Amino acid sequence: MTAIPLFHVLVLSSLLFTIGFTGVVARKNTLFILMSLEVMLNAVGVAFIGAGSAWQQADGQVMFILILTLAAAEVAVGLALLIRMQKKYRSLDIDLLNKMKG
Amino acid sequence: MSYFASIESLFYLAATVAVVASLKVVTGNNTVHALLYLVVSLLAVAVCFYLMGAPFAAGLEVIVYAGAILVLFVFAVLMFGLGKDETQHAPQNSGISNMFGAMFLAFALLIELVVIINNAQIQQSLQVKVISSKSVGIMLYGPYLLAVEIASFLLLAGLLAGYHYAKPESQGSQR
Repeated sequence: MTAIPLFHVLVLSSLLFTIGFTGVVARKNTLFILMSLEVMLNAVGVAFIGAGSAWQQADGQVMFILILTLAAAEVAVGLALLIRMQKKYRSLDIDLLNKMKG
Repeated sequence: MSYFASIESLFYLAATVAVVASLKVVTGNNTVHALLYLVVSLLAVAVCFYLMGAPFAAGLEVIVYAGAILVLFVFAVLMFGLGKDETQHAPQNSGISNMFGAMFLAFALLIELVVIINNAQIQQSLQVKVISSKSVGIMLYGPYLLAVEIASFLLLAGLLAGYHYAKPESQGSQR
């Protein structure tokens, strides 16, 4: 039915997800970790939209909208925490947060 | 239909732009450059959505992701540098060579957009398989009503947490 095969959409989605995951694991800067999280959520959205378009159902876009709200809430809380961290430690290095207390 | 102006080839071009821009986001050193590459990546994914027959999701991607969330990132980056003079750390060669990569990727997306709009055959074949926003809305307020309510609570929680964590220390904590 659709011009683009579902397999290729899923390949694109998993590529983007892998790139974002590598960023989350490898980067030290917390801001870059948040950006990589955005890339990962976006990749999941690609998978949902591709599946919805392959089966001609609206569910994929509904899930995409829900992912969008999740990303908005996550970024708001994450950036607020980052501003707090910048005030306290004068740095965005994630390794400064390795102590539970203090 | 010529090969270069088919839906598949346009999709693969947009996908390549998205992957390259995402790689530049993850491997970048400059925060603002990485944010601009993230915008390009989201726009490329929006083009992919449009070609997959989801114009509503493509519009939401541009408006909410590239419009609102990325502006939030930019404001946060602005606040990180507040009160310091940043000009001595600015890159010396702030010419056009710095932004050439992002400009090239965005230009590829622009060409793609012009091709899609100009080509009547592509428009026709895209019209066939589009999922209308009306059916999405019916799904949202029918079977997914509970999920919409939970999402609204999630946004409220995000609002409260963002306000609580980002407000100045002197007003807040009792310690």
